[in-house]
Amino acid sequence: MATRARKPSASSTSARTGTARAAATRAQNSAVAASPARVEVRKTYKLYIGGAFPRTESGRSYLVVGDDGTLLANACRASRKDVRDAVRAARGAFPGWAAKTAMTGGQVLYRVAELMEGRREQFAAEVEAAEGLRPAAARAVVDRAIDRWVWYAGWADKIGQVLGSSNPVAAPYFNFTIPEATGVVGVVAPETSSLLGLVSRLAPPLVAGNAVVLIASEKRPLSAVTLTEVLATSDVPGGVVNVLTGFKKELVPVLAAHEDVDALDTWGVADEMRTEVETLAAEDIKRLARRPTTVAEARFDWLDDAATERPEWIAAFLEMKTVWHPIGG
Amino acid sequence: MASMATDTKTSLVPAGDRSPSSWGLGDGQAVPWEYAPAPESRDIVTIKPRYGLFIGGRDVAASDGGTFATVNPATEETLALVAKATPADADKAVHAARRAQKRSWGTLPGKERAKYLFRIARILQERSREFAVLESMDTGKPIKESRDVDVPLAAAHFWYYAGWADKLEYAFPGRVAVPLGVAAQIIPWNFPLLMLAWKIAPALAAGNTVVLKPASTTPLSALLFADVCRQADLPPGVVNIVTGPGEIGMALVTHPDVNKVAFTGSTEIGKRIAKGVAGTDKGLTLELGGKAANIVFDDAPLDQAVEGIVNGIYFNQGEVCCAGSRLLAQESIVEPLIDKLKDRLSTIRVGDPLDKNTDVGAINSKSQLEKITELVASGVAEGAEMYQPACDLPDRGYFFRPTLFTNVAQSHRIAREEIFGPVLSVLTFRTPDEAVEKANNTVYGLSAGIWTDKGSRILEMAQRMRAGVVWANTFNKFDPTSPFGGYKESGFGREGGMHGLHAYVRLEDR
Repeated sequence: MATRARKPSASSTSARTGTARAAATRAQNSAVAASPARVEVRKTYKLYIGGAFPRTESGRSYLVVGDDGTLLANACRASRKDVRDAVRAARGAFPGWAAKTAMTGGQVLYRVAELMEGRREQFAAEVEAAEGLRPAAARAVVDRAIDRWVWYAGWADKIGQVLGSSNPVAAPYFNFTIPEATGVVGVVAPETSSLLGLVSRLAPPLVAGNAVVLIASEKRPLSAVTLTEVLATSDVPGGVVNVLTGFKKELVPVLAAHEDVDALDTWGVADEMRTEVETLAAEDIKRLARRPTTVAEARFDWLDDAATERPEWIAAFLEMKTVWHPIGG
Repeated sequence: MASMATDTKTSLVPAGDRSPSSWGLGDGQAVPWEYAPAPESRDIVTIKPRYGLFIGGRDVAASDGGTFATVNPATEETLALVAKATPADADKAVHAARRAQKRSWGTLPGKERAKYLFRIARILQERSREFAVLESMDTGKPIKESRDVDVPLAAAHFWYYAGWADKLEYAFPGRVAVPLGVAAQIIPWNFPLLMLAWKIAPALAAGNTVVLKPASTTPLSALLFADVCRQADLPPGVVNIVTGPGEIGMALVTHPDVNKVAFTGSTEIGKRIAKGVAGTDKGLTLELGGKAANIVFDDAPLDQAVEGIVNGIYFNQGEVCCAGSRLLAQESIVEPLIDKLKDRLSTIRVGDPLDKNTDVGAINSKSQLEKITELVASGVAEGAEMYQPACDLPDRGYFFRPTLFTNVAQSHRIAREEIFGPVLSVLTFRTPDEAVEKANNTVYGLSAGIWTDKGSRILEMAQRMRAGVVWANTFNKFDPTSPFGGYKESGFGREGGMHGLHAYVRLEDR
């Protein structure tokens, strides 16, 4: 999939880039804006695999432009090998993450929100540039993303009680049902809502105890990368979240067909790719979390709490285990 | 939990004569006595020569008049000719279900739906022996199992979900549960009536209507169930039953007016069905194959474990998706355990499914018998050691001796593939970690068994099993309140319990 905006011509690149970067990093630069001699230090946007920040092994990149067509960055164009590396990292991290006590898991995730709070201005600038929102609207989106993360983090030590059960079987047995994490979950992040949509789909499988391989929005990947910098400095163990940027047409089929991926969130899969992706996922009976075909991705209202704060979204990445034991001497 | 007692089961061995050494068995000899026949009368059930499809409350022939025979696998006799539905018939059934969902069932208050389901449960209880005999004749399963397990559990499922029909707001607090619409349900031949109940009861409780396709070798109990729907005055079209080959199942799966697909059967077909709904909004639940490990630790009460192992793999001829087909025995007890198992195997009675003393009946079909035979041959060819008790098999019908393999490697086909027959593969382990590793070393994840006297070990092992149902010091127990379903390639979604409702509703905001 090509980037939406035309590649800027060579002569205008530096000027337009300068404008976009100024918007994207307004907060950091404000202190030194008065000094015209200062040359901005730009960030390299990299992948996040196994707690490290590698470039794609393929050495490829693609242009990321803002909503107004200005150049924002060269993002990594991850390869199928990067997908496999990310899945391996996730599989390695899964047992430790799933084994954390519910309360610890909740606190670890809550800390992510604490660190996001400290980067509000950076996230707002990125959302503003990527989604073409006014500054106030971008800030509202960031605030909601942080609050949503807190909402989901709080489920860590409650979902087992809400979804589990003790079952009154008609025989002398003690019988109970408990939810457990599914395993390695692939998440195809929403394409339009670069941070709030991302958080709304990433937090549910995480709080359920899964390890995640996430493919960021193709056109608007930068806040996903910034979120990985938050995750890297939080207490979320390396490998629990792995983030790839690149072309969904290249990456999603590889993730969907990967036999060590147990579940797939296809929310951010384009309508025309959906049947292909779900057919690949059927080959090893992956669990699917699907956007209803009646919901247009670009028009979904991520600010609607009732539509996006749902325990069912967590349950989609849980397995119910039922245990029987006889009663009696 | 450590001191909890284990299962007890009535032994076939006379009291006071339970010492294996006193029989001199364990070396393939038959029991040194004979049983008198104890046949269940088949007069209670009237099998019609021909059955039609059940569409819109009416008994109709297939649109092209086609039929197929259903056979008693214990005698190879044709029991009846059954309508062979065409895709046009499947379409008619979906339309009938849609009409009923819109006009009657979907708008009926939960309280009223509940009473219909209670009626169905009661009628199943009232006609239980009729269903049991019919089920045993059509499937080959022993009458004591159809009578004591299949039919009572089927009735219990309707009873349980009846009560949910007017209480859905308590199953999904803070949400409104809306029925999905029309459910296409495809069920296997191993527990035809019970699987029908697992599928239809929660669907109807939640306000859906259904089109059910029974397996082509076992359509009769579903067609008798059509008569139960008539007796219950269930509105026409709420339950529709189409009989026919697998293509009719796929016609239902891919039908554009179906909202929900529920399938129980093989993983291979499950994958095809998942592909059939790819790209749609159809709900899907799959209950697929298994290769369960039954893990016996050295502190387990061995006699009780032996009963659990036997129940785990020879119940319903081993034609059970959650069968304990891999015995994992701790090395220090493997020899006495195998000796006891062999002794116990020699007392298993294989034969006429309608004999009340039969433990293992007929394999459901010729093709299934061939599959079992082929896999057992592969076990021998790959170097495992086979044991079968000496028992006479009937001259006619599809029978297979209870089989035990020792010296099995994890790489053997009999340790990896679902055999769906009375064949147990014995593997060994030394440490709990090794047991976990081997138990989970499969693409399946439906069930697991753990035998030990140590409570903390039970809970730890239960936690580490990647399987949807864990039986500790018991095996193959089922209950309508108890969610059932798999991890990994054993499928997804749960049937039974509150969780079983989830697959049949869409949750909306209040």
